[in-house]
Amino acid sequence: MDEKKFRQNSRRELLKLTPVLALGAFAIPSLQEGLLKRGLRFSDWMGARLFRRGHLATTFNNSEVTPFDKFPLNTYDVDDPGVIFENWTLTVSGAVEKPGDYTLAQIQALPRLTQNTRHVCVEGWDVIGNFGGARLADFLRMVGADPAARFITVNCADDYYESLDMATAMHPQTLLCYEMYERPLTREHGAPLRLQIPTKIGYKQAKYLTDLKVTHLLDRVGYWEDQGYSWFYGL
Amino acid sequence: MSSTVIEVIEKEKKTGDETPVVVGRAVYEHPLVVRLCHWINTVALFVMAGSGLQIFRAFPSFGAKIPQKDLLHWPKAFAIGGWLGGALQWHMTFMWIYMGTGVLYLAYQIFSGNYRQILFTHRDAPGVWPMVRHYFFFGPKPPAREAYNALQKQAYAAVIVLGILSVATGFAVWKPIQFSWLAWMMGGFHYARIWHFAVMWAMLAFVLGHLVMVILHGWNNFVSMLTGWKKDPEY
Repeated sequence: MDEKKFRQNSRRELLKLTPVLALGAFAIPSLQEGLLKRGLRFSDWMGARLFRRGHLATTFNNSEVTPFDKFPLNTYDVDDPGVIFENWTLTVSGAVEKPGDYTLAQIQALPRLTQNTRHVCVEGWDVIGNFGGARLADFLRMVGADPAARFITVNCADDYYESLDMATAMHPQTLLCYEMYERPLTREHGAPLRLQIPTKIGYKQAKYLTDLKVTHLLDRVGYWEDQGYSWFYGL
Repeated sequence: MSSTVIEVIEKEKKTGDETPVVVGRAVYEHPLVVRLCHWINTVALFVMAGSGLQIFRAFPSFGAKIPQKDLLHWPKAFAIGGWLGGALQWHMTFMWIYMGTGVLYLAYQIFSGNYRQILFTHRDAPGVWPMVRHYFFFGPKPPAREAYNALQKQAYAAVIVLGILSVATGFAVWKPIQFSWLAWMMGGFHYARIWHFAVMWAMLAFVLGHLVMVILHGWNNFVSMLTGWKKDPEY
């Protein structure tokens, strides 16, 4: 090969690297948002595939539990939305046989489960807490939820909202939580009822629940999800 | 040297004499798939480190949340994503590109047998110190017998291990329950996050050394990573 041909050949080989420039699409403002949303959706899809229904989150000894006063409070709006406990009910709607208002006593009549599990915040910190409540799966059976429904959505007294895939909702460690550290939930931690889902990231654990809907279609996803965070975010 | 093609560069004399003259040799060092993986992975690593540091900014500590003791304040100018949710979108998108090029590269190396070029074995160990002495302490240059010297082999083999570790620690942080065995090997979610951070710095240290070497000694290597061809190799 003479030198001219060699140079031609080198140029040709260099041009074959042009597919790398496709990554430049991420630098174009009008394309960036869509591409990153797609990437996040793919990660969520993958996360749902990786979720194993029967696989339990690690539980911890009482000696490993973070003291109650070191368990962080994260609220998006107010620490206490002023729920009037005497009038409180959980309003159940959607694809269920027995929609209506359920009292805390009805939920507490279901088998009580307590667990020491790790709470992981999207910010990166983690604590081990003690939680008590009824399995969401037991509650869904009680209200006659359609087993073919795909999602659960919840609304909260502070206007927070969240949603769950049915596989996670039916997970044996997913709780309608009314106790922390063997005591009734405090107002700051979501009294009278919150979600506690050891297999999900922190912001999925909605507090001050007021409404629960079983649904085939998601109309509202979640407060932080609407700001751009992952929907599935299973641990 | 395994299967790389050696071409002879010839130039016809302008004097009318048709006899070709050998003016140099060239070796086809890097097939297209390796070059594509190298450069796409370069971009992906840059985005992963930048967005990872922005994620770190949300909780720049490896201790408790209460009381929080920040490890360092990483400047926003050297981070990607702008805010935690944005950085997570970048991280969750580019991790697939990062892993994809890593897997493709490893598969190619294994099936082509090319991995032998950079496989660091006990036979290479005695050659490391003379190379360090040459590069950093003005020692004599050891003769080159292969495409990669002992120090290069050690560095490239090590960075492949680091790449695998970055993915393993990443999965332990992203899915500490589904990959509980991975998280367990690293001491649980809390420590997996520390390992993930440490592996990033180790990779960035490699990148720094790699860049310094290319600038000081490796112009021909840089060209061959672009065109595949290295002119007048020393081996």
